[in-house]
Amino acid sequence: MPKLTVDGVEVEVPAGATVLQAIEATGKEVPRFCYHDRLSIAGNCRMCLVEIKPGPPKPAASCAMPAGENMEVFTSSPMVEHARKGVMEMLLINHPLDCPICDQGGECDLQDQAMSYGGGASRYEEMKRAVPDKYMGPLVKTIMTRCIHCTRCVRFVDEVAGVPTIGALGRGGATEISTLEAGINSELSGNIIDLCPVGALTSRPYEFVARPWELSKTESVDVMDAVGSNIRVDARGPEVLRVLPRLNEDVNEEWISDKTRFAIDGLKRQRLDAPYVRGADGRLKATSWTAALNVVAEKLKATAPEKIAVIAGDQVDAEAMFAAKVLFENLGVQNIDCRQDGMKIAPGTPRGGYILNEGLSGVEKADRLLLIGSDPRREAAVFGARIRKRWLEGDFKVGVVGEIGDQTYPTELVSLENAAEFLQGASRPMVIVGAGALARADGASVLAYARSLATVTDEWVGFGVLHTAASRVAGLDLSFLPGPEGQDVAGILAGVKAGGIETVFLLGADEINFESLKDAFVIYQGAVGDDGAGAADVVLPGAAFTEKDGTYINTEGRAQRASRAVFPPGDAREDWTILRALSEVLGSKLPFDDLTSLRAQMIEKVPVLGAIDEQMPGAWGDFGEKGPVGDEPMHSAVANFYMTCPISRASPTMARCVQEFMNSSNQEKAHA
Amino acid sequence: MSGIEIAPDHLQPDSFVFSDENLVKAQTTIAKYPERKQQSAVMPLLDLAQRQNGGWVPRAAIEYIADMLQMPSIRVWEVATFYTMYFLAPKGRTKVHVCTTTPCWLRGSDDVVKACKETLGIGMGETTSDGAFSLHEVECAGACVNAPVVQINDDYYEDLDFEKTKRLLDSFKAGDPPKPGPLSDRRGSEPAKA
Repeated sequence: MPKLTVDGVEVEVPAGATVLQAIEATGKEVPRFCYHDRLSIAGNCRMCLVEIKPGPPKPAASCAMPAGENMEVFTSSPMVEHARKGVMEMLLINHPLDCPICDQGGECDLQDQAMSYGGGASRYEEMKRAVPDKYMGPLVKTIMTRCIHCTRCVRFVDEVAGVPTIGALGRGGATEISTLEAGINSELSGNIIDLCPVGALTSRPYEFVARPWELSKTESVDVMDAVGSNIRVDARGPEVLRVLPRLNEDVNEEWISDKTRFAIDGLKRQRLDAPYVRGADGRLKATSWTAALNVVAEKLKATAPEKIAVIAGDQVDAEAMFAAKVLFENLGVQNIDCRQDGMKIAPGTPRGGYILNEGLSGVEKADRLLLIGSDPRREAAVFGARIRKRWLEGDFKVGVVGEIGDQTYPTELVSLENAAEFLQGASRPMVIVGAGALARADGASVLAYARSLATVTDEWVGFGVLHTAASRVAGLDLSFLPGPEGQDVAGILAGVKAGGIETVFLLGADEINFESLKDAFVIYQGAVGDDGAGAADVVLPGAAFTEKDGTYINTEGRAQRASRAVFPPGDAREDWTILRALSEVLGSKLPFDDLTSLRAQMIEKVPVLGAIDEQMPGAWGDFGEKGPVGDEPMHSAVANFYMTCPISRASPTMARCVQEFMNSSNQEKAHA
Repeated sequence: MSGIEIAPDHLQPDSFVFSDENLVKAQTTIAKYPERKQQSAVMPLLDLAQRQNGGWVPRAAIEYIADMLQMPSIRVWEVATFYTMYFLAPKGRTKVHVCTTTPCWLRGSDDVVKACKETLGIGMGETTSDGAFSLHEVECAGACVNAPVVQINDDYYEDLDFEKTKRLLDSFKAGDPPKPGPLSDRRGSEPAKA
């Protein structure tokens, strides 16, 4: 634990810390471009120069200098000021002064630091260099003349994303950052836009869209996967313009997946902005709320409760599920399900049986990992990066059961029979079951088998389920599941065919087999016109996740709140209010008039929904169903990372990614 | 790319493999490095590939070496583009590298450059129309004690001036190059006679 002084202030830092970290520990800021906490140290921008005594009589790069006992560090001596000014002048030699037309303008590290260290005028009289722009795919736009060669992007794709495709070609003044004109085939590529300290790498979909000071910023939570990445939603007027990550060490660190970041342009397309009722000619016609709710109420009143079914989708907030559950249970409906993929997690399963017990960060403590039919890279990209981070530390093996895509770390193919052998000898083994494995017909047996493999002690619960649906854990916590006499999704679909079920209420459910729903009267409540609305007889327009205050529980069992960034379009309403209005028309009024009382009642029933931002451990017990597991290989629940929900399917940016990365024959043509 | 010249597609071979003889050399080179540090062999292997392929490294060779050393191909690209000794496009059969870094410059490398340009009739980075010579400017060749120097293919010619450079290149043109080393009356880097 070296003790040193920074500008006369004594500070003690852990062994191995750098001078820069020691300076930060005293609360001072150090200007930097290349240094980043989560990347390896490059030491090539030289902006963090400080004066250190004892030592050579020249400034030292604090990011790469280990803190030593009795060092005296000066961060604002004349030598330091002079050195930093020199570095800034050097960086600006070849940097174009095109801030007025640069998308980074207003949130640019170089711009900010030039305010402190830049000279008033340039002394440079030679030619400035110009660099041709590079192609990096449909997400990242490049203006390479602005590049200052910090190599953050190179280190990020190499170290965090695990897709080493960016390199620094050439040398000296001719250095260029390049992917050799290939798109960056990573689920995390958008993060290099945030990492780039200048405007060299910017967001292509957000190109020339807005200035940072025009945007209203709302802290929220992502629902594109079950990680629950913490995000900031930037909006102007009624439009969500971009999504950026927020720091949460336990959940997403400071990364988000490309789907989280870029699928939001789907929020502007195919939106359900008015209630619709299918007319006699078979076409959906826009109508008023009163008319639509009356149609729904009449239908529900006319149908016996055992002939009504309710299915909740993958991005539904807990509040809406709670309201729907209370409403339909009051009507006596038992055919309720939130597992639209048919996941075999039975009612009554203890919480430990369906969450990632050790948390997303728990994998960093594991020394062996078994993935059963789970593809973290595509199902939960940010979690995939965390597994890679663990792998990079060494002494870590990952086994895979089933046919899942390539990961960003080496994996070993393991059969279910050999799984126990694979885990043997590990002190903290972790077993993760994917949503794809649990949605199989023998999912309950897979679950039981995985449970039997798991090591569970007082300190370590080496079992987890990696969900793909943002709403799933909350749905299971709320027990949004069939009642004792009720049917699950498969039963509901079969019931519709057999005639036992006549009316189906879809709460944002778009991933079921709509062919089987043909004979039912379908009511769809949701935000985006996808398969669900296409199959519906009545459409009730709801709000997307950026348009309502909602609670979500991520795959590790952490309740988090999303906040409204913009209002829903047109006549669309927040989902719980629609159910509340419907309950009134039905004559069985829900017992809450505002979100606060709804939440109070919901939390009273399910306390974990009130433990905001806390990962609540689940009870452990018996679950699954012992039985044979079929031979057919397990598959991931996510076949196409870029399109997994109505929003991402409506997104033009995601469509471009599919064209670029999912269809390899297109890859060469795309940028020809 | 502005600083880096890569051969156009029609010049790029579809595939590249080491000849039997070079494969043995490559394996010997790789074996010099400790287990899991085979990537250290990237530079000698690139050199081997360049020699085998007539003085330049094709794209296919970079991919081939990346595969052989189990490293991402972009890392091999970084190495191949960093060093001025690797060429990614065909150049002259005889490559003339003129050092213009400070010590050589102080000792008259401007004259050497001028002599090269005049004798060969080409500018820096260019190749003669018959493909015999190409001219390259390099950073410090590490032979400052005999400045100014040029490197022609694998050999250094030292203690040059305008006239000596002209004669040197003429002798290469005639196919009768002199012995490498100082073209003055001293041996190696012994002190110059007063």
